Amino acid sequence: MLNAREHNSESNALRVPVPIPAFRVVQPLPVGNRALKRTNASSAPKTDPEAPDWVMLIGRIRDHQDRAAFARVFEHFAPRVKAFLMKSGADATLAEECAQDVMTTLWRKAHMFDPSRASVATWIFTIARNRRIDMLRRQRRPEPEDLTWGPEAEPAQEDVLSLQQESEKLRQAITDLPETQKELIERAYFGDLSHSEIAAETGLPLGTIKSRIRLALDRLRHAMK
Amino acid sequence: MTEKIKHHLSDDLLIAYSAGLLNEAFSLMVATHVSLCDTCRAQLESFDAVGGAILEGDGLPDVPHVAMSPDAIEAIFATIDLAPAQETRAARRKDDVFPAPLQDYVGGDLASVKWRPVGMGLKQAILPTAKGATARLLYIPAGAAVPDHSHNGTELTMVLKGAFSDEYDSFGPGDVETADQDVTHTPVADISEDCICLAVTDAPLKFKGIIPRMLQPFLRI
Repeated sequence: MLNAREHNSESNALRVPVPIPAFRVVQPLPVGNRALKRTNASSAPKTDPEAPDWVMLIGRIRDHQDRAAFARVFEHFAPRVKAFLMKSGADATLAEECAQDVMTTLWRKAHMFDPSRASVATWIFTIARNRRIDMLRRQRRPEPEDLTWGPEAEPAQEDVLSLQQESEKLRQAITDLPETQKELIERAYFGDLSHSEIAAETGLPLGTIKSRIRLALDRLRHAMK
Repeated sequence: MTEKIKHHLSDDLLIAYSAGLLNEAFSLMVATHVSLCDTCRAQLESFDAVGGAILEGDGLPDVPHVAMSPDAIEAIFATIDLAPAQETRAARRKDDVFPAPLQDYVGGDLASVKWRPVGMGLKQAILPTAKGATARLLYIPAGAAVPDHSHNGTELTMVLKGAFSDEYDSFGPGDVETADQDVTHTPVADISEDCICLAVTDAPLKFKGIIPRMLQPFLRI
């Protein structure tokens, strides 16, 4: 499994050198575990037959204002968003209120979701993270320009599928991390670590996701010309 | 333009932005650069995917009593019924110099900037961001130099228009120069065009010359 830094080599060569964060010393995984991971990575991700097709449900919210679809997304994600905000230091009341805001934003911005560049969980994470900055720091959160699909362009199904599969692989890879590393990454994303303590040196399969997103961006730019 | 950018943001910065740990001024830099740079956008969105995986992962359900209140979904539907429309940020016009996140802080494009002269033909405009770091626009006339300076903290400078060079390299539109304690440099704008940059610092710059140093408290640079 390649690590994030190797995947970046094409751009890193031109970058200002960045000090490598301190906790790069990563114990190698036991051989058996590694072999197992490689098998997982090369086969199609196991999809839970019970797991709903989140992308489709967001599409139903966008196209049909489908409240039943929204209820399913809400049921799964709202408690997670609330837990995420509580891990970030919000009390239960504030977290409840903000989680409701996040889910309202999801409804209103369903047309902005691009499944060839993010999983539904990733998209919801970014909404929740922005809301958290708003709520806990009372600061504005500058956001990059949106790249929206034109009236005719829709993301290609193959791009959507592969991005969603890669996201599932990433989720599995994080689940499989040694406990200490997993906790470090989680704390970082809960907003609980200064950024010098975070590193991408955990061997996560980010490079493939990056290439998928890059491909989707290229196609989008092409479609917008 | 996006393919011509050769100086990018560091992974450390992108991770910190993704995790929501960056101060406002540096977030503005990241948002502005990512608006122009597909390489960094893809990198950032892959770090966002880590956040998504954590939201989906098994680290969250162990928080006790996170069930949403029973009437939460009805409350949301009520809110949606009240105001169904959602305005989106207007798309940037093709000949605009500033990407949308920067326009949000300036209140428009280049023509809306309230420049203040800072001597030697240089102008700057400090943007309203939270304490802890400073964001400002810099206007360097063609061929002019920013006085010799080193840095107490980190300074990121991104070219929006024109180009500049210093002792180390040259920078064109979209390029970001990262300078920290170890760097003393004299950026000089290219002769062909005035240069406009976004600069963010998390500590005041240390100027070597006596005059700029005396001015520093007044210039807030």
